[in-house]
Amino acid sequence: MRGILSDRMGAALLMAPLLLFLIFAYAWPFLGVVKWSFTLPSPGLGQYHALLTDDLVQSVFIRTLRIAAIVTVVSVTAAYAITVVWVRGSPVQRVLAEFCILVPFWISVLTRAFGWVALLSNRGLINTWLQSIGFISEPLTLVRNEFGVIVGMSHFLIPFAVFPLASAMRSLDERVLLAARGLGSSRMRTFWTVFVPMTRSGIIGSAMITFVFSLGFFVTPAILGGGRSVMIAELIYLRIFQSPDWGLGAAISVVLVVFVGALMALLFRYVKPKQLV
Amino acid sequence: MPTYRPGPVSLILAVLVALFLLMPLLAVIPVSLTPSRMLTMPTGELSLRHYRSLIEDPRWLESILLSLRVGVVSSALSTVLALTFSLGVWMFQPRFTAALVGFVLLPMVVPPVVSAVTLYFLLTSVSGISSFFGYDTWLGVAMAHSVMTVPFATVLILVSLSQLDRRIDLAARGLGATVWERATRVIMPNIKFGIVTAALLSFVLSWEEIGVTLFITSVNAITLPRLMWMGLRDNIDPAIAALSVILIIITVLVLAVRSVVTRRQAAP
Repeated sequence: MRGILSDRMGAALLMAPLLLFLIFAYAWPFLGVVKWSFTLPSPGLGQYHALLTDDLVQSVFIRTLRIAAIVTVVSVTAAYAITVVWVRGSPVQRVLAEFCILVPFWISVLTRAFGWVALLSNRGLINTWLQSIGFISEPLTLVRNEFGVIVGMSHFLIPFAVFPLASAMRSLDERVLLAARGLGSSRMRTFWTVFVPMTRSGIIGSAMITFVFSLGFFVTPAILGGGRSVMIAELIYLRIFQSPDWGLGAAISVVLVVFVGALMALLFRYVKPKQLV
Repeated sequence: MPTYRPGPVSLILAVLVALFLLMPLLAVIPVSLTPSRMLTMPTGELSLRHYRSLIEDPRWLESILLSLRVGVVSSALSTVLALTFSLGVWMFQPRFTAALVGFVLLPMVVPPVVSAVTLYFLLTSVSGISSFFGYDTWLGVAMAHSVMTVPFATVLILVSLSQLDRRIDLAARGLGATVWERATRVIMPNIKFGIVTAALLSFVLSWEEIGVTLFITSVNAITLPRLMWMGLRDNIDPAIAALSVILIIITVLVLAVRSVVTRRQAAP
């Protein structure tokens, strides 16, 4: 009996510091944000009413969903192509693919966004090159618009989209593929009718992760969108710092959490968490 | 070894994606060498003036030192908290483990911008207590970074604990070791690689953190990413290109060392 009691005490003592830290530094202030959304500037549901009626907020929500959907399709497709080589290529191909996936993954979001500015801006690499070969006379507007945002976000999210796909492709029984080929199926047909369907859980997981991440994205849209294609996260930032409208910023945050929470719940109905890594 | 190899179409597509992934990292190299004060491609001559300005402008050095200090403190805090928590979970396997771990992982799952608003609320609320702590102080930033990095540290340590043989701990327990002795002399030496990785990852995440930092600093606690952000928002300063090149080189070197180390460990 004493043994059991001291076991419980030991567990409680070891787990308490982190739990107390997160209650103090995360759970309690989040409740404070929820409180803001109902009390600032005046008590009531005014901020949530504004969310449903304010044209600006609505257009930002719709733009965020649209950009997130496009980025998800681009990222998952690109990730699929490079993951196939990373998981099933020859040893040299695998090392090269791993390098191309992991190096950007470890480089900060700011450096990567800056790299895209250097490539896409009016006097950047792409415009300079296109002008020097005489293909265009005026620089193309490639950045500070939605195109730039989509390119930058996809670039950031491809490595994240790779991991669930790689996990699905690794656990696939390759004798099935050899059987399909042995029975006379062409490469393309084996890929589309056997390989892709068998990695479906990876595709779903990868798409959900990319989509959820896209919704809360802040730095890349703010830099590459140049204030012209504001997404939800930047709108929250502007509401809190540019026009001290803490109530609305808080209300958008609460809605975002609820929305992402619902998506995650949906995700875990279809995919086990273990399949995501 | 897979016998089913990707065909030519897969390889061509993968090469295109690889180019897309590497392009923005390569693009900063020529920009960092431009003699112009604006963000342009060098036309003819090259110059190292933007690398020199990194050394000569005290703001860069100050923010690097601040980021290092914040990174070390927040990484230490989040590693210690993650370690004690994980040891509790592993040794005692309490009820509601899944719910507790889920709670700890929240800052990793919640959209960063919501965490940023939450931490902004926290730090502006405690600002009144002390001028060393709270909004726009380095200790406040370190604490906020710990909140953001502790889920990653916990995941890494839990994963290395899950690979540990329980019988080692049972033997120690049977021989009369106390909880403290089991933790420090039996379990921790066996997962030291996981602990070091957790500390390193926490440091790197703090070193790069910008989303939350933007919300909780204004003029005093300017970390390196915050200074880069200011340079990117206002007028684009090619010194950022020089800094980016240096950061990319460090990252590639660290990854290369890591892959050599893990390969040595795999083949003893």
